[in-house]
Formats: sequence, structure tokens, C-alpha cells
Amino acid sequence: MAEVTIIFDRLRWEEKVLYEKGRELGLNVSLEDIKDRPLDITKQGTVDGIAEVVLQRTISHYRGLYYSAILESMGHTVINSFIASLLCGNKLLTTLLLAKNGIPTPKTSVAFSMDSAIKEMEQMGFPVVLKPIVGSWGRMIARVNDHEQAESILETRELLTDPQQQIYYLQEYVKRPPRDIRGIVINGKVFTTIYRYQPDDDWRTNIARGGKAGVLKADSELEELMIKSAQVVGAKVVGVDAMETDEGYVIHEVNNNLEFKGATEASQKDIAKEIMGYIKEIVRK
Amino acid sequence: MKAKCKECGADIEVPDDALPGEIVSCPDCGLEYEVVSITHGKVELKLAEDVGEDWGE
Repeated sequence: MAEVTIIFDRLRWEEKVLYEKGRELGLNVSLEDIKDRPLDITKQGTVDGIAEVVLQRTISHYRGLYYSAILESMGHTVINSFIASLLCGNKLLTTLLLAKNGIPTPKTSVAFSMDSAIKEMEQMGFPVVLKPIVGSWGRMIARVNDHEQAESILETRELLTDPQQQIYYLQEYVKRPPRDIRGIVINGKVFTTIYRYQPDDDWRTNIARGGKAGVLKADSELEELMIKSAQVVGAKVVGVDAMETDEGYVIHEVNNNLEFKGATEASQKDIAKEIMGYIKEIVRK
Repeated sequence: MKAKCKECGADIEVPDDALPGEIVSCPDCGLEYEVVSITHGKVELKLAEDVGEDWGE
């Protein structure tokens, strides 16, 4: 019987390495493709063929989120938990928690209609960064430079059928170097940090968009902020994103389902082994 | 292991250590496939899912 199950829906480099490292650490690891595994959610007790401890590694946010809810309800321990995935996967909820807990984060407003969103952007001062509240890989994030751009982008957003696209999450455009910072926080400790440099043709730094990873040794102030950020969302294995400003660091995202190939190459640290080492601690408790 | 691309007929090389769920691409047309199973050196592929709006970190 497996001691830990990695649930996935697309076996990326990360899942494969996690599986291999788990085995190297002597763990009995199984892989479960949840696309092919419907669950009877009225049945009680842990699910056959899925270990009590589960590492949630789906590429789809909603699949992972709801599968976690089901497995937790049936008695499994899921890393990261359903609630952590819910809070990290939603930028509005993440920002609320960061701000409430005194963690510096970019000034952010949320507007609930196109007209009020434009008025709010004017109040904030252009450029303003418009982000979907649930989204990834930097998709549909727009730097809105003026009123005219705001109107055309928001008119397009109004036409989208997903009602969440009409919740307008507006963030100040932070003046920063052409990079941001990603910290990998595992079980309350910063395991490694890297710079993510924006590519020549984009202001976004996502590695998935062509951003390049570089070495960084974080100072204690940054490490403390990252640890606290992971703590307030209740996540055990996360990527915390920070920016450098004239006033100090700001935290702008906490990623519950981190991709770490670029960070592994840049830092030369075995992130997968560290994650599976933590999972082993849970399993053997 | 080799498989044929359903779109263009090119040979797709599947690594020996591939696991079900892994993605392989056709070297000619770029179409992505998901490994379904590997039994006795024979690999079964299906078309991979398109990128979803909620995919990624």
C-alpha cells in the first residue's frame, strides 16, 4: 500500500521528479491521474488506492481544489490543504489576508462594475495592473496605461461569460527592477529564493512566459515576510512572490501549486527532494 | 519506444522511462499526446488536453 499518493492531471517534469525523489527517500509513492478517477462523494472513509497522505499536484486549479475538498472530507491529509489552495488560488482572498496580517503588499482595489473600475483606476493613477482574481501564468494580466486602454480592456472583459471576469482586481503598478523574487517555502522555512527576470518583450516575469531565473541569497527581512505569507494562507509547500521597491519588499502572490523547474536549475537546490522529505515527515509521524 | 502521430504520421519517440500521464510531442507537427499506458514495450497515446483557463501556478 502506498504511503503517499501524488494526484495529478498532467504529469509534468515536477511530478515525475517528485515521484522519483520520494522513492529515493524510501517512500512508497503512487501516482493517481484524477481525470480518470471519479469519486463517490457520499461514501465515507478514505478512498481505495489513494494513500492517507496526498500531495496535490494538478495543473488545473479547480480540479485540484475540489479533489482536495473531497479527499480531506474522507479523512486524507492533503498537501496543500483545500483551504490553502482556495486562498492562494484567489488573488482577492490572498491580498485580504496579506493586508490584514500587516504583510506589505501592493495597494489594491476591487471594483464590481466597469464604470466604477474606470473611476477607481483614475483615482489610483495610471498605469494600473488589472488581474483576473483566479488565473495563472500571468494570463490576462494587463498593464493599463490610460483611460482609453482601460475602456477597451474592460469592454472586452465585460463580454466574457465567466462572471469572475467582471470582478475587477486593480493593483498599483509597482516600480521595481526588471525582475521579481520567488521564494520556495516548505513547512515554514525558506528553502531557496531566486530572481525572475522579465524577458525583453514582456513586463511580466513568469517563467512560463519566458522569464529567466537567476540566483539570489535572500536577507532575513525577506525570508521572514515569505514565511509569514505562507503561514497566513495555511500553506505548507508554496512559492511566494515578492518585488523590491524603494520602500522595501512587497509580497504580491502566494502560489500553492508551484512549478519549480526554473528555480531548481537556477538555485542548484533539490527542491523536489526537500518537498518529499517534508512529506516523509508527515507519513512517518 | 515509437508511436505514430495521428495527425501527420511522423514517428514519435517515447522515452523508455515514460509514465502514464506524461506528455509527448510529435517532432514534425507539434501535436501533443498523453501517454495512456505502456505494456510489454508498446505504448498507447491519446490526444493531450488543451490548455485550460485555470491551468498553471
